[in-house]
Amino acid sequence: MVDKLPPKQRTKIPRQAMPEQDACQRAHNFEEVNLGLTEAIAQRESQRCLTCADPKCTHGCPVGVQIREVVDLVREGEYLSAAAKLREDNVLPAVTGRVCPQENQCEGACVLARRFNSLAIGHIERFVADYERQTGQVGLPERALLTGKKVAIVGSGPAGLSCAGDLSLKGHEVTVFEALHEIGGVLIYGIPEFRLPKEIVRQEVENMRAMGIDFQTNVVIGKTVTIDELFNEEGYDAVFIATGAGLPKFMNIPGEQLAGVYSANEFLTRVNLMKAYDPDQYDSPIYDCRGRNVAIVGGGNTAMDSVRSALRLGAKNAYIIYRRSEEEMPARGEEVHHAKDEGVQFMNLHNPLEFVGNEEGNLTGVKLVKMELGEADESGRRRPVPIEGSEFVMPIDMAVVAIGTGANPLVQSTTPDMATNKWGYIVADEETLRTNKRGVFAGGDIVSGAATVILAMGAGRVAARSMHEYLETGQW
Amino acid sequence: MPAMFPIKESRFLSGDVKLFRVEAPRIARKRQAGQFVIVRIHEHGERIPLTIADSDVEQGTITIIVQGVGKTTRLLNQLEAGDSILDVVGPLGEPSEIKAFGTVVVIGGGVGTAIAYPTAVAMKQAGNHVITIVGARNQSLLILEEEVRATSDELYLMTDDGSYGEHGFVTQKLQALIDQGRTIDHVLAIGPIPMMRAVAEVTRPHQIPTIVSLNPIMVDGTGMCGGCRVYVGKECKFACVDGPEFDAHQVDFTNLIQRNKMYRDREQESLEAFEADPTDDLEEAHHCHMEQKFPEVGPRTV
Ligand SMILES: Cc1cc2nc3c(=O)[nH]c(=O)nc-3n(C[C@H](O)[C@H](O)[C@H](O)COP(=O)(O)OP(=O)(O)OC[C@H]3O[C@@H](n4cnc5c(N)ncnc54)[C@H](O)[C@@H]3O)c2cc1C
Ligand SMILES: Cc1cc2nc3c(=O)[nH]c(=O)nc-3n(C[C@H](O)[C@H](O)[C@H](O)COP(=O)(O)OP(=O)(O)OC[C@H]3O[C@@H](n4cnc5c(N)ncnc54)[C@H](O)[C@@H]3O)c2cc1C
Ligand code: SF4
Ligand code: FES
Repeated sequence: MVDKLPPKQRTKIPRQAMPEQDACQRAHNFEEVNLGLTEAIAQRESQRCLTCADPKCTHGCPVGVQIREVVDLVREGEYLSAAAKLREDNVLPAVTGRVCPQENQCEGACVLARRFNSLAIGHIERFVADYERQTGQVGLPERALLTGKKVAIVGSGPAGLSCAGDLSLKGHEVTVFEALHEIGGVLIYGIPEFRLPKEIVRQEVENMRAMGIDFQTNVVIGKTVTIDELFNEEGYDAVFIATGAGLPKFMNIPGEQLAGVYSANEFLTRVNLMKAYDPDQYDSPIYDCRGRNVAIVGGGNTAMDSVRSALRLGAKNAYIIYRRSEEEMPARGEEVHHAKDEGVQFMNLHNPLEFVGNEEGNLTGVKLVKMELGEADESGRRRPVPIEGSEFVMPIDMAVVAIGTGANPLVQSTTPDMATNKWGYIVADEETLRTNKRGVFAGGDIVSGAATVILAMGAGRVAARSMHEYLETGQW
Repeated sequence: MPAMFPIKESRFLSGDVKLFRVEAPRIARKRQAGQFVIVRIHEHGERIPLTIADSDVEQGTITIIVQGVGKTTRLLNQLEAGDSILDVVGPLGEPSEIKAFGTVVVIGGGVGTAIAYPTAVAMKQAGNHVITIVGARNQSLLILEEEVRATSDELYLMTDDGSYGEHGFVTQKLQALIDQGRTIDHVLAIGPIPMMRAVAEVTRPHQIPTIVSLNPIMVDGTGMCGGCRVYVGKECKFACVDGPEFDAHQVDFTNLIQRNKMYRDREQESLEAFEADPTDDLEEAHHCHMEQKFPEVGPRTV
């Protein structure tokens, strides 16, 4: 394709914008917002890479994707080779290209970021992965000879899926157990269609099925079968626990029991997993947002996904209530930016004190207090403090509490000899992801607390390596 | 390919209450009295909780008893042996607390009788003197009479209209037993919310420990969504993992009633659409076992 330009000229090319669905239009549908780079745009963007001798981007990536090499291959038009290169380190590139917080990772570390705009690594990654997907030429890697060992993976989020993939390649017989009726974890039930089309996840799962991985939905480990029974009755040789951090947190303020108050997990599960946005086709109901005022409490990805879903369900006013300022928002920059374009109203530096309702027990409003930023706290972020006397009630019809999640105790409580920390997360060795229980490994959000897709995926791969070693040597 | 859960046997117990024996060997092995499953009939269906009324470990089946109150339960009640259910997950919830209490009164109202039945059996096996009070609006709605009789030391049948058994409400019978000076060590009441609330008020002055099984709207059944939250002694509990049984004297019934009304309009609409034309749903439910041939269940044409 195009020859390499001299560095000066490369930095003159502006960062290429991602084509998107028009904001007015997309605010009313659940189709994907980002349309993907065209080949021409991807080419142009790849020209901007300085091909650094010491690529900072790779150091910024939690799994060390060989970004420089991938971008080189893109520039050369070798998209399938680029995809293969990506897959060496990242088994879900079509997903991470869409959902990684690139600004804090690869793109944040990119040298271009210092003086210009960083290379659009996430967009290139997505282009490559989509190209591979659309050509239908996903190279299924060769599977090693069967070892005769059986491995159980508990939970089918990115941690479980990546671990399953690697262990299956090593020739182990892998079964993934999932509590819900669909495979994919947060990728399926949490992140909405307009940000991550479910078809992408399904296709990855189909590829894995084709590799011989057995997926069993509707199995709640700890209830249907316990960890000990997996070993003693079902004959598994090792277990990887990747159950995520799926326990919704509430604020414990008055009025949270009112009808119309949701946890983000429930709201998003109804919308995504149960497809409540399509009532003509699907039975699960959701609060009728049409023409209503909706407020989401929180400033993370979950809050952005919820508020943008509410808007798409027809909300008249969709608010984000966040107690710090925009600077501290943990959500991906792109999501905040998209939400604003779509008309989401940000009420930063506000904190809910109470939900108010009517006699029928339905939500009618939220009592808020204004906040200001004080001293920095342990996390380095400035602590929000309430401004006395600034309380007021804002009328709302529906609220979604998106202030974080914790560890679901189902597995831990039925596996008493496995160590947990004081918050109920599983304790696993940082390097090997071994728990204190023989044959049991754990990783992803259930060990780290709510984190990211790429970190969960990385943990799954680390676990696969260390489980393989254990299965080969039998040494604990 | 989702694994199906074949229906092995089905029969109506009364006009709108149907019993199913469903193949689910793992659940059959693990289930204890008081636990439930969540089922989804087809790709476009919702997830609803149903109590496991019985299980047969050897046959690998569980029994569920379903009252057709809305779209999903009425659709389910049109399925027969030979059909399959797409998703069945469980056993969920905490089992009932079973021990030798002494004299236990088990109260079942309507389909609540089916939910209470397995616990009554377990109470009997644990050596309790089991008094069962079963209530229904009329005779045709009474279910499981023989089964309940077999596990009860005393059985009282109550109908609202006096068409069978004694005329009156289950609470009147309970009050009468208390007034007779009978020692009652433990009460379990399962049925419509107003009935459970009334039972709680009867036993409260006598400080008789009373348990009710709550029926909030559920989604996952694993503690992941918080939609099933109920308020017990001012504390927020998730009924699917902390319950479904709770101390009746502590439960905020008013809130439960209000939360259960959240989707009333939508439920009504979907029931009406189903009653007007059930063909799409039935076809999809029946198509489940042909998945092998047609792996993609496409969107329904409306
Ligand atoms: C709404 C939302 C938006 C997000 N957006 C982003 C984003 O843009 N970028 C990003 O990087 N990260 C994002 N995250 C975070 C990211 O999704 C998680 O960090 C990641 O999915 C964790 O992966 P995991 O494999 O550890 O667990 P999960 O994805 O949580 O999967 C765990 C799975 O285990 C199953 N399970 C749980 N208990 C049991 C049991 N007892 N038996 C069987 N199965 C069980 C669950 O049903 C679930 O399917 C988001 C999270 C949410 C909720
Ligand atoms: C732990 C538990 C055990 C139960 N056991 C039984 C049983 O053994 N037999 C039986 O017939 N019924 C049982 N129920 C009630 C049963 O789940 C509801 O009747 C059913 O969900 C109604 O769905 P529908 O679409 O037919 O009716 P809808 O018209 O949708 O609803 C009718 C009413 O049922 C309740 N309901 C609706 N959706 C749900 C849901 N997803 N989860 C819970 N409740 C809902 C609401 O209060 C609603 O007003 C149980 C409920 C719970 C929580
Ligand atoms: S995986 Fe994430 S961090 Fe790594 S290169 Fe891709 S987008 Fe960047
Ligand atoms: S049903 Fe979702 S937490 Fe209980």
